[in-house]
Amino acid sequence: MRRSSTLLRREALDGFLFISPWIIGFLLFTLGPMAYSLYASFCDWDMLHPPRWVGLTNYRQMFTDDFRFAKSLGVTLKYSAMALPLGVVTSLGIAILLNQKVKGLTFFRAIYYIPAILPGVAVAMLWKWIFNPESGVINLLLARLGINGPGWFTDPAWAVPALVIMSLWGAGAGMIIYLAGLQSVPTQLYEAAEIDGAGAWMKFRSVTLPMISPTIFFNVVMGIIGSFQVFTSAFVITGGAGSPAYSTLFYVLYLYQKAFNYFAMGYACALAWVLFLIILTLTLIVFWSGKHWVYYEAERKG
Amino acid sequence: MRAGELARSRRRQEATARAVAYVILVAGAVAIMVPFVWMVSTSLKDKDQLFTRELQWIPTLPVTVRVAEQEYNVYTSLSDGRYGLLVERLPAGKLRIAWLGKDRPPETLSRVPDDVEIVPEEQVAQYRRPGARWSNYREALTPPNFRFLLYLRNTLIITIAALVGQVLSCSLVAFGFARLRFPGRGPLFIMVLATMMLPAQVTMVPLFKLFVTVGWYDTFLPLTVPAFFATSGFFVFLLRQYFMGIPLEMDEAARIDGASSWQIYHRVVLPQARAAVATVAIFSFMAHWNDFLGPLIYLGSPELRTLSLALYAFQGEHSVDIQLLMAAATVVMLPLLVLFAVAQRYFIQGVVISGVKG
Repeated sequence: MRRSSTLLRREALDGFLFISPWIIGFLLFTLGPMAYSLYASFCDWDMLHPPRWVGLTNYRQMFTDDFRFAKSLGVTLKYSAMALPLGVVTSLGIAILLNQKVKGLTFFRAIYYIPAILPGVAVAMLWKWIFNPESGVINLLLARLGINGPGWFTDPAWAVPALVIMSLWGAGAGMIIYLAGLQSVPTQLYEAAEIDGAGAWMKFRSVTLPMISPTIFFNVVMGIIGSFQVFTSAFVITGGAGSPAYSTLFYVLYLYQKAFNYFAMGYACALAWVLFLIILTLTLIVFWSGKHWVYYEAERKG
Repeated sequence: MRAGELARSRRRQEATARAVAYVILVAGAVAIMVPFVWMVSTSLKDKDQLFTRELQWIPTLPVTVRVAEQEYNVYTSLSDGRYGLLVERLPAGKLRIAWLGKDRPPETLSRVPDDVEIVPEEQVAQYRRPGARWSNYREALTPPNFRFLLYLRNTLIITIAALVGQVLSCSLVAFGFARLRFPGRGPLFIMVLATMMLPAQVTMVPLFKLFVTVGWYDTFLPLTVPAFFATSGFFVFLLRQYFMGIPLEMDEAARIDGASSWQIYHRVVLPQARAAVATVAIFSFMAHWNDFLGPLIYLGSPELRTLSLALYAFQGEHSVDIQLLMAAATVVMLPLLVLFAVAQRYFIQGVVISGVKG
């Protein structure tokens, strides 16, 4: 059936009508604020007075004369470097175990996933108490094993590892994604590998890993974005301070402080753009490296 | 290898793998549960039991003896196991104890025993029996402490308004992208996806300025109104993918019958996409229910606080009353646990759609 041009025009008009909420929202709540944020990042702006153009001053200060910026970048990178690989290994590991046709799959899946859906504030409060150096359950359990537990959130060296452990508790979301990926690997591939005499490790190495590499890839990208946006846990545990000794001063926490404690709005905008560039760069690096380790079935077919 | 042998060895291998998997999975599940058990256990303890140096899972309560309308705490001697009533707390960590003997103390006594002695605190221990202090919950949730019902109301208003806005706007936009042809559709949809990459912090400060300027600071509006403009690229993407899977012939047939695009949207496509809509609704609910930064920035008045924001404020005011904090935290977690129990399928489905097809 051929449709007349009036019908096509009618459809196009409908199309724009249907996506109009997004167009308005995009202009009003994304593009407009983005442009303003970029402009403000070159300004001295406390929000009470109009922004005053200062050129690259904010950016220059950030990279030459702001030890807290450097510190927050370091804290965030340190956290990412620990939480990302551990998160992938933990959630993938659980998913592989769950994929062994175990009974009670739904039960285990629910238990492992629940921590990921809970309110960040309540979770952070709970873990602050769990990591209490004297009376928290972790150090009391360690004491039973004869280990003198560290000060966790009160010790600059242990605050980030504590947050990493806390993040592993919520590894269930990744686990579900991996499990779905594993379940979609065709069983014929495993059978073929067995006929070729492959053991469990070989099967994992040459069938499972390549087949779920797109899923791992997706999780790594999301993980990078996520770990650069850690805020609630550090904020709640330290009362917004990023203490002790700036050891939990995550990037976004520092940005929040600059904006809403010091009213350095221009500086905060500059920080946000640098954050955007960092995330973009890291994501592009992962995308580029993905060519070497991500296996797409479509490529094979095409 | 012969086929039978191969199958047998595979079965054996699988059985071993399953057994190992079980052991690790159960251990992991226990590890996951420990924080929850610790939270609930703490929420039922009294303050004396909180800051102990030994691990106590089971909440206990001090045993008291009633003597002539007055309650006395019972102490035991660490050296000989005798029970005694605490008559008076003296300076420098000394206690005045009236000894009862080695038998378990009765619930009431007619008079305080005469065998009174002053002992250092280190030589005795409070005599406690397993028992839960449920009153912690009442205390935590009673104004002026944690005005649970008020905060629940605020959270529900924001969450439901944002949920309705998001489901409505995102499904309309997704319908446009999935089922209607118009110039620039491809590039515009790429823009939708691109917004998913943008960290919220980039627009945070100008948006704050915008909402302050229009007088929306300290109202729910900054937290709800944007939701009506399909601001979640992820939801638009998720719904579009689902809508694309519904046969296009259904639209054609409806159009021949004279249906408008709007009628196709809500009579043909939406009823087919209930699962996807439910997933979006649940994810939206979770995101707004758990949101902290938004309320932290935009809500100034204590009466407007959401559960998460109020919980944070409560922590600031009661940092030593851990048992009350844990009671409040438990109550704040409960609605999500209930939601999860009811709608687990949609949670899982949403994560799967987001992760595997993305």
